[in-house]
Amino acid sequence: MKYAITRIALLMCCIGWLMPVSHALAGEAKAEIKPLKLTTTADHTKFKALQKEFKSGPEVTRACLGCHTEAAGQIHRTKHWTWEYLNPDTRQTLGKKTVVNNFCISIASNYASCTACHVGYGWKDASFDFKSEENVDCLACHDTTGNYKKPPGFAGHPVTRDTEFPPGSGKIIKGINLTQVAQKVGKSSRDTCGACHFNGGGGDGVKHGDMDSSLAAPTKSVDVHMDAEGLDFTCGTCHASSSHDVAGSRYTPTAQDKKGAHLRGKADNGNPATCVACHGNAPHKQEARLNHHASKIACQTCHIPAIARGGIATKLTWDWSTAGQRDAEGKHIVRKDAKGRIVYESRKGDFTLGENVQPEYVWFNGEVIYTLLGDKIEKSDGVTKINKLGGSPADGKSMIWPMKVFRGSQPYDPVNKTLVTPHTAGNDDSGYWKNLDWDKAIAVGMKASGAPFSGKIDFIKTEMSWPITHMVAPKDKALACIECHRKEGRLAAIQGVYLPGRDGNRLLDTAGWSVALLTLLGVLGHGALRIISRRKH
Amino acid sequence: MSERIYVFKRFERFWHWSQAALILFLMVTGFEIHGSYANFGFEKAVGLHTIAAWTLVGLWVFAIFWHFTTGEWRQYIPTTEKVVAMMRYYMKGIFENAPHPFRATRLRKHNPLQRLAYLGVLLFISPLLWITGWLYLFYADWAAWGLADLRLEWVATGHTLGAFLMLAFLIAHLYLATAGHTPSAHIKAMVTGWEEVD
Repeated sequence: MKYAITRIALLMCCIGWLMPVSHALAGEAKAEIKPLKLTTTADHTKFKALQKEFKSGPEVTRACLGCHTEAAGQIHRTKHWTWEYLNPDTRQTLGKKTVVNNFCISIASNYASCTACHVGYGWKDASFDFKSEENVDCLACHDTTGNYKKPPGFAGHPVTRDTEFPPGSGKIIKGINLTQVAQKVGKSSRDTCGACHFNGGGGDGVKHGDMDSSLAAPTKSVDVHMDAEGLDFTCGTCHASSSHDVAGSRYTPTAQDKKGAHLRGKADNGNPATCVACHGNAPHKQEARLNHHASKIACQTCHIPAIARGGIATKLTWDWSTAGQRDAEGKHIVRKDAKGRIVYESRKGDFTLGENVQPEYVWFNGEVIYTLLGDKIEKSDGVTKINKLGGSPADGKSMIWPMKVFRGSQPYDPVNKTLVTPHTAGNDDSGYWKNLDWDKAIAVGMKASGAPFSGKIDFIKTEMSWPITHMVAPKDKALACIECHRKEGRLAAIQGVYLPGRDGNRLLDTAGWSVALLTLLGVLGHGALRIISRRKH
Repeated sequence: MSERIYVFKRFERFWHWSQAALILFLMVTGFEIHGSYANFGFEKAVGLHTIAAWTLVGLWVFAIFWHFTTGEWRQYIPTTEKVVAMMRYYMKGIFENAPHPFRATRLRKHNPLQRLAYLGVLLFISPLLWITGWLYLFYADWAAWGLADLRLEWVATGHTLGAFLMLAFLIAHLYLATAGHTPSAHIKAMVTGWEEVD
């Protein structure tokens, strides 16, 4: 008994002594467990190589490459770096470096401005070294601070100390702290992709119509996948990349994806950015009939009911032929509409813009043929197609796709019968946006493109089609049947399918209603005769 | 004096009126799907049309069973007897208060023109509507059924043709319902089952 008491006392002593120790131990253990489950294994603020002042982009890249030794080599193989793309089907050489469009037309001779959106530093002219590793811009895609900016005019360089630009203008571009940006690098985001892709065509939402800054933190109704309070997809969730090569292409789009949902481990899974890549080819659980629709109709056609759904207008037309007007004092003019949107600029001509615009619909099989600088064009053809889309109801490869068709009028060479590449941006005598002189601007631009120019200038109507694929609405906002299944509906121009509600045999309809009407008249007449004859008898 | 005979049994009357309602409803929704006018909206019209079609299929299963078990199918066997007399009656006699050339009995409740007309509905209009309607419903399965070369346009046109024929039939039928021994005799018979005959 006594022995037992001693043991208990001893035990209690031990516990008393151990308790503070165990507390301390538990405290230490807790400190080791992070409050959040981090999605990265590296805190770049702790990296010695980044704890210094960076005066330029390439300096940062050198630091990045110290650990990520092969990253630049991966970038070098991508369109984001080369701005060049050989279409394997059409053999056309495309890419930003080569194509001519009907927005700002061409980047030739305008590099210092355009390459603000290049994933590199210093591409100001043809002398740019595409083998340079330190000129790869890691931060454009990996910044997480939102402070990293590459203003047009600096050939893709960020501005690190306050700089007057254009020189003599009195406008100051504030320098950014690259150290802070470099220490906070992370995965690409809607903001990093959007910094360029939301602003294609020279401003927010201008070019695509289905991509603008409303996708930076969209509501569910604007984009069901990117919904910032819901699924919160980034661009990379769909445009899943490996080796820095981002999936998805507007030069060779996947118009029809028969491969079904992607499975891990399955070889050659194709484009991961299609709807089908996740949803498969029979995504409608309730209505089998809708799955059958999906064999001919791209998901986007019903699930993206309009272009520019996020409250930011997209450009619909651009008439360069009216550019160049000056006010009474000889100054540039800017005109805005009631909503404050620019509809005329001396530098650029007339625009029309729109929100919630109904797309145009076409059969599309993924083939895109560009009208390039050397291609002959005829004004008498009416409208020159900047990109011709392949597709027909019968080729077995086409689906009905929504398009933003961007229409415009742009300068061309009526003697050589080619498009032209004017020198627009640039603080120099020939830059059209400064001096409004087409002759100089086109001569300089065509020289930079290495293309012949007759010296004659005329304007030609052009149009360019942009397949609509972003801003997917929640399913309750998808198109109702009646949008297409009626006369003069959305698919009024689509040939090659019988659309109940839209189509019918006119002869049969006329004959059918006539027979019904004649029958009615016949029986009415017969009845009338019976009533009359009954009175007589 | 007139006498009354019991020509339409309870199930037959139920079949007739429910079928009439379904066919009218199928026409209303069907012509909307065809794009002739707008009422329910396309999507709802398709849904309702489909439900009504399946309901009619169900009704027909019972009706076919009834006709064969009761032997009533014989009522539709065509005959040439009195066809000319009936036609002459509708074209002339009916205006002169002439006696109706046909006297309904329980074994022959349809006059010879009715027999022909209903047989036409049964053998031509209905099968046309059913076959094309079913194909329409199972459009997604054509390839699996080996019908990949069939075109929706043909099926839809056939279905529409059937609908117009049914409409013409319906108009004539509604009118001829008043052409019995008295204007209301046929209608009363179809409601109560009892028909007055001379």
